[in-house]
Amino acid sequence: MDVELMLKVYPFFIKAAWVTIELSILTTILGLICGSLGAAARLSRLKVLRYVGAAYVSFIRGTPALIQLFILYFGGPQIGIQLDAFEAGVIGLGVNIGAYMTETIRGAIIAIDKGQVEAARTLGMSRLQTFRKVVLPQAMRLMIRPLGVNINALIKGTALVAAISVVELTYTAQRYIGSTYKPFEMFLISGLLYMIIIYVTGRAVAWLDRRARIV
Amino acid sequence: MGLDFSVVPDYLDVIFLGALWTIAITVGAALLSFFGGIFFAVIALYAPILIRLPFRGFEWLFMGTPLLLQLFLIYFGLVQIGIDLPAFVAGVIGLGLHFAVYNSELIQTAIVAVDRGQMEAARTLGLSRGQALRKVVVPQAVRDVIPPIGNNMIALLKDSALVSVIGVTELTLSAQLAIGRTYRPFEFYVIAALFYYVINLGMEAVLRRIERRIQAAR
Amino acid sequence: MSDEKPFVDIRHAQKSYGALEVLKDISLKVNRGEIVAIIGPSGSGKSTLLRAINDLDPLTGGEVWLEDTQVNKTLPHRQYEKHINQVRQDIGMVFQHFNLFPHLTVRGNITLAPRMLKGLSEEEANRLAEEQLDKVGMLERIDYYPSQLSGGQKQRVAIARALAMKPKVMLFDEATSALDPELVEEVNLVMKKLAEEHMTMIIVTHEMGFAESVCDRVLFMDQGVVVEEGPPSVIFRNPESERTKNFLRKHLASNKE
Repeated sequence: MDVELMLKVYPFFIKAAWVTIELSILTTILGLICGSLGAAARLSRLKVLRYVGAAYVSFIRGTPALIQLFILYFGGPQIGIQLDAFEAGVIGLGVNIGAYMTETIRGAIIAIDKGQVEAARTLGMSRLQTFRKVVLPQAMRLMIRPLGVNINALIKGTALVAAISVVELTYTAQRYIGSTYKPFEMFLISGLLYMIIIYVTGRAVAWLDRRARIV
Repeated sequence: MGLDFSVVPDYLDVIFLGALWTIAITVGAALLSFFGGIFFAVIALYAPILIRLPFRGFEWLFMGTPLLLQLFLIYFGLVQIGIDLPAFVAGVIGLGLHFAVYNSELIQTAIVAVDRGQMEAARTLGLSRGQALRKVVVPQAVRDVIPPIGNNMIALLKDSALVSVIGVTELTLSAQLAIGRTYRPFEFYVIAALFYYVINLGMEAVLRRIERRIQAAR
Repeated sequence: MSDEKPFVDIRHAQKSYGALEVLKDISLKVNRGEIVAIIGPSGSGKSTLLRAINDLDPLTGGEVWLEDTQVNKTLPHRQYEKHINQVRQDIGMVFQHFNLFPHLTVRGNITLAPRMLKGLSEEEANRLAEEQLDKVGMLERIDYYPSQLSGGQKQRVAIARALAMKPKVMLFDEATSALDPELVEEVNLVMKKLAEEHMTMIIVTHEMGFAESVCDRVLFMDQGVVVEEGPPSVIFRNPESERTKNFLRKHLASNKE
């Protein structure tokens, strides 16, 4: 193992890791927004919205994220969407993970016992009040852990933007493998950095989950 | 620029061939990941500690890093140590190993759940530990996790697009080839997406049928 | 029956799921302060009837009135929602499985609706919660979470939660069926206390002894119809109908097991 080389190049990987972190955070935020809207649509009383939500989930989950990214980044300009690679990465990955989060959020909401809704409605609370004060707080607790799983997948998924030349961890590793012919060393550096990011995120999710379950 | 799908039919045969390769890679990697997953699970649980611990480290590394990175490692790493595999084989191995680790996680949990009781019962009948594992514990455990393994296989299909990056001419790379000649990225990526979607639906249908059969066998 | 105008008035209630008719033209009048028990085998429609009173299970035919208000009147969706939310504030309901909100303390469970719907201040709502909890003997558990309470305690809190809305009538849907036998009495005592305060109550129950000692009137339902109704002494001691007799005999036998 060429430790000397590793010590020489690792600062570039750390810089790239920050891009991966930035991508992960922005993608998570966009994913949560898409997931909430998607879940709202899928649980809507309007049939049209339910179909739209179901179609979103089905098409996004039924096709590769890489292809979605390519359609957006390379195909976007043809339909008037000009994005730089980083923007396309965030939007593409965010909309993608949003479909998975839709199912997570929806699952948590429908897991809440029907009796909870009945009790609140019996007291005279409206649908919206019942949702906000009774269903959502309980569903939030249920969804923390599975959303953590989504986010874990998302962090690893950010590697895909290497294919549209965003200089993040995987792209950096690929470039250095090409120039140094030391695939194992480069894999080790970037792999460790990924695992640190994932580990820290996992701890944060576990902490949130514990706090939510304090009862 | 606008959209123009009229060029698509000229390249449908290319795309179609790419789709066949995608199916081939998916099936190959799925088989590897299934049997590899069983093998890994048994190692992770029952191998001597000197094998088990490094192996767990390997699993941990594979679960904590992106598939794309692993594909680069395998493809270029093998070349470096003098093994020049065709891209297709490297792709199948990369995808297969990656998902074998995920399947192994599932199977390990299931084995631990089945082991209690079933192992004892088998041993009381006079089976050796290895026989009990092979004939009693593992088959039950695997059957219990067929549905989640099925979900992994669906994920595998979609992740197979990544092997385009190491030069396997599957569906995604075929679309790229067509785009290289026509400069029509939107049209061809959408067509590729539709192909993936259809294959995906087919796979889901097959998996549902298998699940139903397993349920009925209970 | 008195000439007094009925407080709760169910007229020709009819309910079906597709071809299955679960309520067949049922009428029931309940006076102010009256306590009515509904008994009958499972699937007889008694819970459905109770849940129709606050429109939790909407009727497919017939009317439900509370004083001068029709509960299930036909209105455009938005207006109807507003109307029913208002009416439900006057109809307290207690469920078999308590349905306390697990993410809120006992205090939170009780103050949620009064604060949100009646605009009570935090202080007022707290005072109200303390008052109601004192009534059901749960004041010392005001800051507990539901998961820290026994079934009987949960049900007493659920009753306090309903009472905090100052309802005109209370509906009990098998309030003690999910409880361990030794916890039934504490809930029965609370219900008896309400009876002594002349709360109007409609009680779906399996507890014949309780129904006999507390209620003014008993309805026996079977297969979507009221088979027989009258004072508890008659229904339980001298029922006319064979179906009632059968039911009571079976019920006694199964309770002895």
